[in-house]
Amino acid sequence: MENFELVILLLDATLRTSTPLILAALAGMFSERSGTINLALEGMMLGGAFSAAAVAFYMNDPWIGLLAAIATTIALSLLHGFACITHKGNQVVSGMAINILMSGLTALVGIALFAQGGKTPALDKAARFQPITLPGAEAVKDVPIIGPIYFELLSGHNILVYIAFLAVPAAWWVMYRTRFGLRLRAVGENPGAVDTAGIGVVAMRYRAVICSGVLVGMSGAYLSTAQGASFLQDMTAGKGYIALAAMVFGKWRPFPALAACLLFGFLDAAATRLQGVVLPGIGEVPVQLVQALPYVLTVILLAGFIGRAIPPKALGRPYVKER
Amino acid sequence: MSDTMHQMHGTGETGAVQPAIELRGIDKRFGAVHANKEIDLKVDKGTIHGIVGENGAGKSTLMSILYGFYQADAGTIHVDGKLCDIRGSEDAIAVGIGMVHQHFMLVETFPVLENVILGVEGGAVLRDGVDRAREELQRLEREYSLDIDPDAIVGDLSVGLQQRVEILKALFRGAEILILDEPTGVLTPQEADHLFRILETLKEQGKTVVLITHKLREIMAATDNVSVMRQGAMVAHRKTAETSPEELSELMVGRKVLLRLEKGDANPADTVLKVENLCVDNAQGVRKVKNASFNVRAGEIVGIAGVSGNGQSELLEALGGIRSVSEGVVELNGQDVTPGKGVDAAELRRRGVAHVPEDRHRMAMVTAFSAKEAAILGYEDDPAYQKGVFLDWQAISNATANMMSEFDVRPANPDLKAANFSGGNQQKLVLAREIMRNPELLLVGQPTRGVDIGAIEFIHKRIVAMRDAGKAVLLVSVELDEIMSLADRILVMCDGAIIGEVAASEANERVLGLMMAGVDPNEAKAVEGQS
Repeated sequence: MENFELVILLLDATLRTSTPLILAALAGMFSERSGTINLALEGMMLGGAFSAAAVAFYMNDPWIGLLAAIATTIALSLLHGFACITHKGNQVVSGMAINILMSGLTALVGIALFAQGGKTPALDKAARFQPITLPGAEAVKDVPIIGPIYFELLSGHNILVYIAFLAVPAAWWVMYRTRFGLRLRAVGENPGAVDTAGIGVVAMRYRAVICSGVLVGMSGAYLSTAQGASFLQDMTAGKGYIALAAMVFGKWRPFPALAACLLFGFLDAAATRLQGVVLPGIGEVPVQLVQALPYVLTVILLAGFIGRAIPPKALGRPYVKER
Repeated sequence: MSDTMHQMHGTGETGAVQPAIELRGIDKRFGAVHANKEIDLKVDKGTIHGIVGENGAGKSTLMSILYGFYQADAGTIHVDGKLCDIRGSEDAIAVGIGMVHQHFMLVETFPVLENVILGVEGGAVLRDGVDRAREELQRLEREYSLDIDPDAIVGDLSVGLQQRVEILKALFRGAEILILDEPTGVLTPQEADHLFRILETLKEQGKTVVLITHKLREIMAATDNVSVMRQGAMVAHRKTAETSPEELSELMVGRKVLLRLEKGDANPADTVLKVENLCVDNAQGVRKVKNASFNVRAGEIVGIAGVSGNGQSELLEALGGIRSVSEGVVELNGQDVTPGKGVDAAELRRRGVAHVPEDRHRMAMVTAFSAKEAAILGYEDDPAYQKGVFLDWQAISNATANMMSEFDVRPANPDLKAANFSGGNQQKLVLAREIMRNPELLLVGQPTRGVDIGAIEFIHKRIVAMRDAGKAVLLVSVELDEIMSLADRILVMCDGAIIGEVAASEANERVLGLMMAGVDPNEAKAVEGQS
């Protein structure tokens, strides 16, 4: 029974740690399926997290913070699009530039506004997304098995967690069942086919990176106003890259990407649990090693599996009409 | 309405109706290149209209303007007598113009149906339009006997079928005018015949077809009218029935051209190249050449025919020493020179194997180099080009000038950047580099791809001259005409295997075409016998 509770707690933590990864991975998917490499997820997430925390602090409302985060990431997406789509720049370089820019800019503005060494002030309860108790959760709380699963695991998360999990089927539906999705996938495979079908390639790609911006903005806001209670310098700590890895590992598809995010989230949650735990035969596991696990796994998975993943054909290639 | 129109055409009364397309004074420049010079063109409704011209004559540019891919600098487009402002593909589609591009505009990972509806989905949610599209597709397939599974993934289809998807796409958009840009370049002769039957059906249904090609045979076989372009200008319009290939080629080139290569019989002597059970794998481990065995003797040209991508490229690259061999033996004048076992491209060259690769820009030259640098590639360690540890640029310049005069490379300037020569002149320079070393064996792939007719004639003559000088020549080409006019013996490759051999004297397009499609040679000859 104690093990069962432990599992429930671990899974509960998994949902929380995988939420930002899911949102960011979907963001990456929208961008990359349209042919634009989005290495800037990391920097955008950071920018979103900062905007959300700063605005939520001033307005004392997490929703306005969320909107600010999304506005920031859309602006960054448009910047990325301007460099990569309009001016046909190198997409990797543009992405890395945004990451470096945001790492510095968030700290700079943070210090200028709050003078707390790059942090934002701790947010009040009212300025953060609060846990939501699902209907009937209290009632079934004490029922064995079902009780803990419903009350502990499914209920009691903040709204962004639920949005993230609902975003996966929604993204799937948009991608595979709508005209927008069809055109988006086509423009990432063969932009010439889209152009000759009378659809603007540039407009299509811009719309895709804007979708990407909306999703990654939510992921940033989650870090600073839902999971945490303030912005910390470089608080994303590579989550943008991990989300990108999860998306690649999930072969640019929503549900496999979700599975990959859950795996990474689980490792993250397990790492927290394992800190200080004495494992039989090994002894106490060093904290650093445990924390490195998700990253090590990323490398292993990518090295082992990426060879079989087939990216969108036009990924990374700006569209130039042939002469 | 369409019936009466059709009848009017049946009686040849074309003057009474508006032409389907009329271009007036179309002019287009790309920087210094004057791609289209005040072009006038009339295409009658319900006809198949051919546009011929050499590579770079401006045919594709003109059609791209008509389809809204580029905008003309001057001139007007009239469709069905109405002035049209075509600023993008969507405008062209709206006035009923459909285009089948030379490089297919298909999404290979999508099923046929999704490719067809792309851009005309019929609603924000796909489900709304898909059922209607499926019905419409089935109707079109029946009507034009296109015969395609709407749920097949396009990337899995053969090239011929992919082309039909392109045609379906245009018809689904309600195209009344269909433009096809070099449609037969990637097809077997049988597939091309099928395409022409489809075009004939389209014509019967009252559609107008514009066929762009550089193959005169297709113009003669399939079109009603033909327009000829040369160096960006429209030089002539003819009724196909009233012209001849000779006249058309003269109009295309601007002077008389010998269409049929004149060459004497071969006098084959000793075996120079002997290939036994050769197998070649590509980087992914897929076997591209399967148990190829053949020989090439001194004083003969052996041609390898086949649809592009059936292992010819890999075979040629292996024999040239730039791709390692998985199994089998290659002998040159009785000595084992199997590539990969201590024998590389440089060693083969030392032993008298010259190699003109298929892809001129990727493998035969560095286009950013000057002509003289390009002219010594692969032979840069020749003592004649050395002065101490440095290259002797004077000697190299002289050698290049010599090659240029011998092979009529224009402009004859060894310092000009290779990229600034036309395709034909680049190819002549490459051939000069290889042939003037006086090799025992010449391996040559696609010698006239992207080369103008005048240069083709010259290149073919030089290859025959090699043969007559008692050298062995192995020719790989996807152009059947080229193989049939040059080769003394023809080997046909299909799916990596050499499926059979035909003497040039017995070869004809149908037999070779069937063999290229994988039909056993004896069976192919039997089929030919019956018809």
